[in-house]
Amino acid sequence: MQLETNTEEFVVHSWLGDFLRKLHIDIPLFLGLLLISGLSFAILYSASTQNMDVLYKHLVRSGLALVFMIVLAHINPYQFKRYSLFLYGIGVVLLLAVLVMGEFGKGAQRWLDLGLFRFQPSEMLKISTPMMIAWYLSEHVLPPRGKPLGITVLLITAPTLLIAKQPDLGTALLVASSGAAVLFFAGLSWRIIGSLLAFLGASAPILWQFLRDYQRNRIYTLLNPEADPMGKGYHIIQSKIAIGSGGISGKGWLGSSQSKLDFLPESSTDFIFAVFAEEFGLFGCLGLLVLYLLIISRCIYISLQAQDTYTRLLAGGLSFTFFVYVFVNIGMVIGILPVVGVPLPLISYGGTSMVTLLAGFGILMSIHTHRKLLPT
Amino acid sequence: MSGYVLKNSLAEQRIFLSRIIAAFVLIVVLSVGLLVRLVYLQVVGHTHYATLAKENSIKIAPLAPTRGIIYDRNGKILADNIPSYTLELVPEQVPNMDETLRNLKNLLDIPEEKIEQFREHLPRNKRFATIPLLLRLSEAQVAAFSVVRPYFPGVDIHAGLVRYYPYGELVSHVVGYVGRINEQELKTLPEANYQGSYHVGKSGIESAYEVDLHGTTGYVENETNAQSRPINIVNEFDPVPGINLHLTLDIDLQKTAYDALEGYNGAAVAIAIKTGEVLVFASRPGFDPNPFVYGIGSKAYKDLQESEDQPLFNRVLRGQYPPGSTMKPFVALAGLENEAISFQHRVFCPGAYQLPNSPHKFRDWKKGGHGSVSMENAIIESCDVYFYSLAQTLGIDRLHDFLQKFGFGEETGIDLKGEKPGLLPSREWKRKTQNQEWYPGETVITGIGQGFTQVTPMQLARATATLANRGRVVQPFLVNRALSPGLVAPATFPREPLIPLKDANVTNIINAMVNVIHSARGTAKALGLGLPYKMAAKTGTAQVFTVKQKEKYNEDQIKFKLRDHALFIAFAPADNPRLAVAVIAENGGHGGSVAGPIAKKIINQYLGIK
Repeated sequence: MQLETNTEEFVVHSWLGDFLRKLHIDIPLFLGLLLISGLSFAILYSASTQNMDVLYKHLVRSGLALVFMIVLAHINPYQFKRYSLFLYGIGVVLLLAVLVMGEFGKGAQRWLDLGLFRFQPSEMLKISTPMMIAWYLSEHVLPPRGKPLGITVLLITAPTLLIAKQPDLGTALLVASSGAAVLFFAGLSWRIIGSLLAFLGASAPILWQFLRDYQRNRIYTLLNPEADPMGKGYHIIQSKIAIGSGGISGKGWLGSSQSKLDFLPESSTDFIFAVFAEEFGLFGCLGLLVLYLLIISRCIYISLQAQDTYTRLLAGGLSFTFFVYVFVNIGMVIGILPVVGVPLPLISYGGTSMVTLLAGFGILMSIHTHRKLLPT
Repeated sequence: MSGYVLKNSLAEQRIFLSRIIAAFVLIVVLSVGLLVRLVYLQVVGHTHYATLAKENSIKIAPLAPTRGIIYDRNGKILADNIPSYTLELVPEQVPNMDETLRNLKNLLDIPEEKIEQFREHLPRNKRFATIPLLLRLSEAQVAAFSVVRPYFPGVDIHAGLVRYYPYGELVSHVVGYVGRINEQELKTLPEANYQGSYHVGKSGIESAYEVDLHGTTGYVENETNAQSRPINIVNEFDPVPGINLHLTLDIDLQKTAYDALEGYNGAAVAIAIKTGEVLVFASRPGFDPNPFVYGIGSKAYKDLQESEDQPLFNRVLRGQYPPGSTMKPFVALAGLENEAISFQHRVFCPGAYQLPNSPHKFRDWKKGGHGSVSMENAIIESCDVYFYSLAQTLGIDRLHDFLQKFGFGEETGIDLKGEKPGLLPSREWKRKTQNQEWYPGETVITGIGQGFTQVTPMQLARATATLANRGRVVQPFLVNRALSPGLVAPATFPREPLIPLKDANVTNIINAMVNVIHSARGTAKALGLGLPYKMAAKTGTAQVFTVKQKEKYNEDQIKFKLRDHALFIAFAPADNPRLAVAVIAENGGHGGSVAGPIAKKIINQYLGIK
């Protein structure tokens, strides 16, 4: 069967290759992640105006996230499947806890203070939602229809709404899309997809009513950032100036004036792509996109190699969600999507997203390295 | 239900593969979409955004030049720059202007008036411009603000140099003053060079030499962040300080003149005859120019404006007085030069003069008259009838044309602004301005410096100096250009350099003027007692012809105001004239007794005589 033909194109016959395989590390994916992490240090060094403290923290977080990834890669996918419901349930309960505590606290709250560190349950849901959906659908006949489909939609909607209410539109979007991606890969019929999209389009005005003022502002801003250049449109205008002034070949590493001069807000976190685009220009952006696509391609390859429905759906869902990350962040920075708080995966400064992302890659590696050898 | 599940693994895989392909296509399409947008921003829009980026990052901050210092001829400072703290606001950065102003007012005890002034300024300035709220902060105010500064975003204290006039009212009319740039000036001043400057010369030397005193504004190109805070200097161009001006004025002599005028409103001018240097330029009363630098309060300004003594009025340049008998030497010279009469020509003075076929009597100041007088005695005793007669003989045309050569009726062209031309009447002038023909009687009174004739003290001093210089025209000026190199402001107006005069005529007139002081019949013979040098002079008493209807009735005041103006012109030493002086004491009465001693004090001090 053609899908199962074991074509390990990156097999390294050396002690290092053997060692990495024993660590359950997928070498091509690992190389891609290393490459992009290295890039992340270079960009962050520039974006933070050569703040070594920032780099040091980033290094520690990356290291911890890497360890977490390798730990997850060692776990048999069967265990993920077993604990899918539990992890999902815990996540939703924690989301409710955050919401309740937020009611008593002041204003928006996204995290639980666990003393040692702050834990964002919504981050956990980015992984546990696709796990849950993949588990649930793998237990049912595919393509999903009828009651299982309804339950699936409910399982996706519940955490999404809870996170949106925090309010964290960006994460809600990512959680929803991770679940939806699994549903899509499970074979949700095109007819349903079409009518769902039509329904969403029709209900947009109603959804609009539920948006908060600042969320609406972001959409207004997207449509016409120049209307309020010093206020709501500021982010987008400044990031467009930074990107546009980079031109084809860019201003060179450390050459970005916009981010250094503090014109560009959040230049180390959500808007780091603007710094990259200013310094490395169109060619650099093209290169970065290709690098992301290579990583995604490997992830998709892993999902195609997966040997059962659960791992297949989960791998597909995680792969596609990774692209959604990239697309939403770059789309917002270049001004074609509203400003939602989504970091540029693997490059933006910030601990939680890094851990979540590498956890996803750890699961993918686990799926890929725990395959049973099939007779050809 | 799950018990009945019949999973078709092969079909699931096929669906999954098709979905993966669909997803991958979607991924590629969306990625291309991102790329298209990036091409749009980075290729199509590059020039546009690059321009915006440049504007974003480079902000130019002006560096105000130091204003040139004004010295007197001996290097004494007349206008200085002293360190001063200014409270400044950048409106753009002030979150709540009303509240900020209220809090600052309470904190620093700022007068309401200043707040109002600031509010008036506010809409005229750019939002991101720095606008001064309070100048010359006290140390206590600086300390008080420094403590709470973090609570006042957009408000800061700027340490800079501010104009100071150590001599105050003494030189207020000649040095002038600087003041805050007003709306009108904002439009006319070269904007680039006045970025960062709060002040501009408003009057006197400060105004006339503004272009030189101000200097050239430098600037610093700062790379700034979005909060407009400079973080890196890209380029710096130092300001070029204004040129220091060395005046011809002698502050000690000026003080003597000013003090001597005490008790009178008036003016005294002294010109060095050989050069035209103005050593004394006193207009009394003056005013303290220092409050104007910081924005004088409207009440204080109103008081100055409405004061009966008109302290803001520059009498030297703008005061126009009938010259009275000080005109007589010039009229006499006109008669000699026109050969209308000889120096020996005598006129009988019965105490009044009558034109043929006219009953009107033009009175002499001396009841009973001077009897038969020569030209010399007519000058010494200031006989009016002699000059009525001479003027009648000359006629207004010849009289006008000759007097004009001495600069009467036109600005002296001194290097100050706002000079009045005085008035030298002529047929043409009268036809033009009053649409009337010239009457013979008007010629008669022009002969004794009455009627239409008006002169400024500066004109009178200049004419005197020119006479003393035997017709070589003296051009008064205040700035010594040799000591103040590089001046751009135009020098004095060039004049006809020489009035062709017969030496004998000039000598005769000067001798007569010497005898005004040094002969027993001279109108100012009191001044000549014990004088170790020869002074040539002429007294003058000008009638004050009108009392304004509006003036309040106040017996003492009216009486004083009705008194004649006392005038005096002099130069010395007579055989080698060095200094020419003109003095006018308003309502001083007789020129010889009031204005004369003032002139004598000036000349004595100039010549080093105690």
